[in-house]
Amino acid sequence: MTAYLFKRVLFGLATLVLASMVVFAMLQVVPGDPARLMLGMNATEDQVQVLREQMGLNQPLVLQYLDWAGGLLRLDFGRSYTYSVEVSELVGERLAVSLPLALISLGLSTLVAIPLGLYAASRRGKTADAVSMGAAQIGMAMPNFWFALLLIYVFAVWLRLVPAGGFPGWSAGVWPALKALILPAVALALPQAAILARVTRSAMVEVLGQDYIRTARAKGMTARSVLWRHALRNVLIPVLTILGMQFAFLLAGTIIVENVFYLPGLGRLVFQAISQRDLVVVQSVVMLLVAAVILVNLLVDLSYALVDPRLRGNR
Amino acid sequence: MSLLEIENLSLDIDGMPILRDIDLTVDVGEIVGLVGESGSGKSMTALSVMRLLPDAAQLGGRIAFDGIDILAAPESAMCALRGDDMGMVFQEPMTALNPVKTIGEQVAEGIRLHRKVGSAEAEAQTKAILDRVGLPTQKFPLSRFPHQLSGGQRQRVAIAIACALKPKLLIADEPTTALDVVLQAQILDLLRELVAENRMGLLLISHDLAVVTAMADRITILRHGAVADAGQTERVLSQQTHPYTRQLVTAATHVPARTLHRPVEQTTPLLEVTDVSRLYPGPRQGWFGRGNPTRAVDGVSLTLHPGQSTALVGRSGCGKSTLARMILALDAPTSGSIRFDGMELAGKSQAELRPVRRQMQVVFQDPYGSFDPRQTAGKLVAEPLYLLDKPLSRAETRDKVVEALHQVGLSPQDIEKYPHEFSGGQRQRLSIARAIITRPKLIVADEPVSALDVSIRAQILDLFADLNRRLGIAYLFITHDLTVARAVSDDVLVMQDGRVVERGRTLGVLASPQSDAAKALVSAAPDLHRALERRLREQG
Repeated sequence: MTAYLFKRVLFGLATLVLASMVVFAMLQVVPGDPARLMLGMNATEDQVQVLREQMGLNQPLVLQYLDWAGGLLRLDFGRSYTYSVEVSELVGERLAVSLPLALISLGLSTLVAIPLGLYAASRRGKTADAVSMGAAQIGMAMPNFWFALLLIYVFAVWLRLVPAGGFPGWSAGVWPALKALILPAVALALPQAAILARVTRSAMVEVLGQDYIRTARAKGMTARSVLWRHALRNVLIPVLTILGMQFAFLLAGTIIVENVFYLPGLGRLVFQAISQRDLVVVQSVVMLLVAAVILVNLLVDLSYALVDPRLRGNR
Repeated sequence: MSLLEIENLSLDIDGMPILRDIDLTVDVGEIVGLVGESGSGKSMTALSVMRLLPDAAQLGGRIAFDGIDILAAPESAMCALRGDDMGMVFQEPMTALNPVKTIGEQVAEGIRLHRKVGSAEAEAQTKAILDRVGLPTQKFPLSRFPHQLSGGQRQRVAIAIACALKPKLLIADEPTTALDVVLQAQILDLLRELVAENRMGLLLISHDLAVVTAMADRITILRHGAVADAGQTERVLSQQTHPYTRQLVTAATHVPARTLHRPVEQTTPLLEVTDVSRLYPGPRQGWFGRGNPTRAVDGVSLTLHPGQSTALVGRSGCGKSTLARMILALDAPTSGSIRFDGMELAGKSQAELRPVRRQMQVVFQDPYGSFDPRQTAGKLVAEPLYLLDKPLSRAETRDKVVEALHQVGLSPQDIEKYPHEFSGGQRQRLSIARAIITRPKLIVADEPVSALDVSIRAQILDLFADLNRRLGIAYLFITHDLTVARAVSDDVLVMQDGRVVERGRTLGVLASPQSDAAKALVSAAPDLHRALERRLREQG
């Protein structure tokens, strides 16, 4: 177990270093001189040179990389050209929206999808199965900006339960902040839940067909307790895999829904930074996401080992 | 009144008739054998008694167990019976246990469920039954997971689960089919002892007449979902009044007519394996250390002449499949040399191995698993033709496929069919057609008939013998089943722990084995005639 853990952590760190090199290299080949971009079109060549010197852009690439990577380790991401603030501050503000949003929608989708998938699997081939999987199909097919608009229309415009968009900030109190996040979380959760429900169902159907389920039934266990005591843990592996992937997506892939609800999240930050060539911000957010994905994958790998003794190494 | 009475049992699933008019009884302390080929309804009969059929099943007739009307009993009553008064053991020990639960949990679960005892008491009972089935807690702690046990040990756990509460009836569905003969003999002995100790009734389901004859007091033979023959085992099998019984007995003891290969010393050997070893790295110890390597194959030498048929026999895990993989150049030896047709295989690239692969083909055990289900038979059989030096035209390919199908007794119309449209025996013919299409000099066959029913098995053995005679193909048969070795090989090598411990002419070795490994294999091998003689003698 320790060896497994050690190997996974080492592997994660190696991936992180490799990813940082790739991110750094990519931005080197992107056309455009950051110094010139910051100073604008009217700056003289001399001014640009002075700024280049200040920013360390004339140093060898290796030194530039080490400088940047060292900054990352000290959580010093540099300054944004366009916002003229520390990137860490900027990202921190945005994370305060995106992270809770991702967690809430992941929680919602898990709460709905797993019971639904298990229920459909236990009623396989019957009407309940067809209805719930049909609903999942619709959930997957529905564009989430449209679903988001629908939610706004019903809950914000018509019922006036929650605001239609914007984010008051956590300083305005937990409840108003949560109220602002709930609709976007639901809009994001729907397609995730639909996918997760289908994965849960098909994993469960497969597990229920296994020989050891029959053995458990032959022991005298009821169909229901076999499902909870024997099948569920075996279903967790594919479900955890999907959950990990969904979390990574929810952290930054939510730009459309953020736009619909006018939320200051990470997705919009990256989008704006890219269009304004604010490379320092792009680099930092990409690295942050890479780190998040690696961390989530590490957690997923560790939970595999908790679920399945065959992965604990002492084979 | 018998313990289990089945009268006029009929079963339909989704309107498909599965069983018709099954009559069967099992008495207290009696072993009843249920025999038949795959699809004859043996397992469905057993699952009907346990009421573990799919939802779409429609049952008719009567099943009475210990005075209880099984077909009318509510599900809650069935749950109370299952695992308590009636237990069941299934065929596949490798998949019958939950991989994420310890063996202790899995045995204790049933005890706690039915006896409502505390966990200390359940643990004590679990230890007792595991000890009884040959897994003492000192050597096999309750915290073991199934993947840490071998197939035979897992089957013992499954028997412990089924017998933990001393059931009145045990149903064992092909309990030893997936095990090697020595393990099979041990498990059958265990079942026999449990029957005697607890006056348990045992319904033993098997496709193997020899196993059933050795075990069962009475026998019921199923065919196409109906009872073909039934009665006292020795009477049914010695009188053979029913033609189907006669057919089964003939097939079970069938030996193809073939002339033995005379060793010709002058010819250069086709295959020369010299002092080959294969080591696997030992288990990790700590972060950097490793235990001693496992010697899967340890200093094996053998030669095979053109047209010669050699059997490689041994128990599961003796290294015979590893050796075969190295001969097929799918794995590289750690040391030693393998020469095929004069060419050393070690260190050759895939391109250099092409002419060798053309001359050397393989037939696997499982005709279901070894074909891509989405390709036609014609495509599948034509696959090895890519090994030819120049590609064939469509017409030439077709001719070759038709010829290969003809050689194995299939028709040219079969080209367009998909694997699922063939029966098990036909599928094995198809894999043989695939193996002979390049006209190889050697076929390596890994347990080629052990997944087949007796009558089909006899036909496939005949086919192997016939191809050997007509096309002069040499064989290396890998098997744990001595009847297969006897049927189609000239010479035999017995392997144990990676080494060849005995070699010689097949008939000689089988008649008077010298090594312990060979003796164990011969004495454990089920033999219909021997079992029948013993029964008749016991009856007087």
